[in-house]
Amino acid sequence: MVPEVAAEDLISVLSENGIADKAVDPNLSNADLLNLYRLMVFNRVLDERMVKLQRQGRIGFYIGSVGEEATVMGSAFALQPQDWIFPSYREAGAAFLRGFPLRAFLCQLMGNREDLTKGRQMPNHFSARPYNIVSISSPVGTQLPQAVGAAMAARYRGDDSISLAYFGDGTSSEGDFHVALNFAGVYKAPVIFVCRNNQWAISVPLNKQTASATIAIKAKAYGIDGVRVDGNDLPAVYQVTAAAAAKARSGGGATLIEAVTYRLSGHSTSDDPRVYRPEDEVAQWKGKDPILRFRLYLEKKGIWTTDEDAELFRRVDADIVTTLKEVEAIPSPPAESLFDDVYAQVPPHLAEQQASLWAAQKEDH
Amino acid sequence: MPTLNMIQALNDALKVEMRRDDRVVVMGEDVGVLGGVFRVTVDLQQEFGSERVMDTPLSEGGIIGTAIGMALYGLRPVPEIQFADFIYPAFDQIVNEMAKYRYRSGGQYTCPMVIRTPYGGGIRGGHYHSQSNEAYFIHTPGLKVVIPSNPYDAKGLLLSSIRDDDPVIFMEPKRIYRAVKGEVPEGDYTVPLGAAKIVQEGRHVTLIAYGAMMQETLQAAAKAAEEGLQCEVIDLRTLLPLDTDTVVQSVKKTGRCVVVHEAARTGGFGAEVSAILMEKAFLDLEAPVRRVTGFDTPFPYSLEHYYLPDANRILSAIRETAAF
Ligand SMILES: Cc1ncc(C[n+]2csc(CCOP(=O)(O)OP(=O)(O)O)c2C)c(N)n1
Ligand SMILES: [Mg+2]
Repeated sequence: MVPEVAAEDLISVLSENGIADKAVDPNLSNADLLNLYRLMVFNRVLDERMVKLQRQGRIGFYIGSVGEEATVMGSAFALQPQDWIFPSYREAGAAFLRGFPLRAFLCQLMGNREDLTKGRQMPNHFSARPYNIVSISSPVGTQLPQAVGAAMAARYRGDDSISLAYFGDGTSSEGDFHVALNFAGVYKAPVIFVCRNNQWAISVPLNKQTASATIAIKAKAYGIDGVRVDGNDLPAVYQVTAAAAAKARSGGGATLIEAVTYRLSGHSTSDDPRVYRPEDEVAQWKGKDPILRFRLYLEKKGIWTTDEDAELFRRVDADIVTTLKEVEAIPSPPAESLFDDVYAQVPPHLAEQQASLWAAQKEDH
Repeated sequence: MPTLNMIQALNDALKVEMRRDDRVVVMGEDVGVLGGVFRVTVDLQQEFGSERVMDTPLSEGGIIGTAIGMALYGLRPVPEIQFADFIYPAFDQIVNEMAKYRYRSGGQYTCPMVIRTPYGGGIRGGHYHSQSNEAYFIHTPGLKVVIPSNPYDAKGLLLSSIRDDDPVIFMEPKRIYRAVKGEVPEGDYTVPLGAAKIVQEGRHVTLIAYGAMMQETLQAAAKAAEEGLQCEVIDLRTLLPLDTDTVVQSVKKTGRCVVVHEAARTGGFGAEVSAILMEKAFLDLEAPVRRVTGFDTPFPYSLEHYYLPDANRILSAIRETAAF
């Protein structure tokens, strides 16, 4: 059951210095805890590397999840592999958790010949069908009603599968958000909406986005449950999502989870947040870093040491650099692939256009 | 005269008009404190305050719907849609509401407003930051569609658009936002809507383009000149209503025409130009009207250089048309 709390309350398990409230600690196994920690560190190091790569002109763009790792990992970990994920653009972590290879992720950033999405989309807009993760779209919010539909379809088929959709606080202003909650309520769809409330939508702060006290409270008007959780507290995010998943799976309908977190970086590599937000706000949230908090929790449990930590950061970075070297050598997709996948078969008018491109290329050489 | 890029010229136009006319308000995602993700609205909130320069919630339908209400009430809103690719949540408001208010109310209500939106490829933006979707709006009676290709026109056309009594979709070629600079007069001046510009005279082939494709088209014309082919180059500037006279007169002179746009081919504006020439210049045509366009595929990422028309593709079309 989702805990009985008002949508204004904030659910937490860990204090800011990593001390667990024993009464509510979901008590994940040590192996799971260590795995989740490694994944968060991996995600953080990757994001930092990729921003550097973009600055060096080796990739065109990057958008990461620095500061929001616990929200992503904690929620994705509460799902089963057969559950479908409808991501926005900051949840690569959920894919890594499901086993999406680093190499595949990097190939997508490069848009090269090995990229599963065939170089069709800008960086971070991957798609990973083997892991039940649908294609990422830039237009925000479009994934939300789709998640409802997939959840309804799974129920129709009698599958033990639910859907989870991620989105940002700003996205809660889009019509698709309201449409999705309404449909989810009407059809009691087995779906979970996870709002990464990172306080900012590019330069627009939450208080200019909504006059509502919280995002979670919006669930009420649509007749579904809304909960608010400390998004930098992995056990809390896990616990809330696991409860929502159990409820969805047993026919109890949808949940809106507002995970309160912070975007520690710029919006993307195209953005300079110093223009619009105070440094001291960022500094304050740096103190609430979800990775730091989780590490303190592990250390207090006696299952992690500072030495192991340093070694982990070093190894993760080395792995990324090695894989990067490999994928940077892979060429672009072949020009003829431009015309594939528009339809199941290339129709005559596209075949004609394809031929004209060849003719033009031959002339050039 | 100051030399400005297109961003600066557009910013200047907004300042000029906001100082002159207190009905003008600017609204959109990130347009206030940040000054727009491309900086077109920079400093406006400082000068005109947050009641006239509004950071809106993230909702295109909300932005345009609200702007329509303001326009109905007598303001002159200039909403920004951050990328043309994100305009679709507002499509219903634009196509069924903004465009039709005058007609459906028998002229009692109108929506004098300008939707500014950056469009087009060539910035490694992939499908969602590169679309050239003008055809949807050209197919919508009640709208005007304006696309400048240089800073001077951008300022003059934006001022005309804001003063126009009908709704205008003002599409800005982001690929040349900063790359193309030019002299832009200070203060007030306008470039009329509905008037194309002959950028270069020539007698062999008429080249018709607009927006960012003017750059490629002019390069192609220069290469053609080396081969002895004199092209007449027309910058449409306003696509709807089209300056049919300028286009038809030119083609009557040259007898040959190539239309260039980066939008997909099928149902694109080139088809419309070609049909008009069939109707109005049939007996003067020496060759079929050729289109050089984006392909009928979604806008790609890695292969965008194949997708986008370039000077070489335009030059091939010029040669074929001339040799027909
Ligand atoms: C429909 C649509 N409009 C505008 C944009 C441009 N845009 C990209 S991200 C963004 C802000 C999103 O904020 P939020 O939903 O809070 O997510 P966050 O980036 O903070 O994770 C905007 C306005 C977009 N991608 N899609
Ligand atoms: Mg946000």
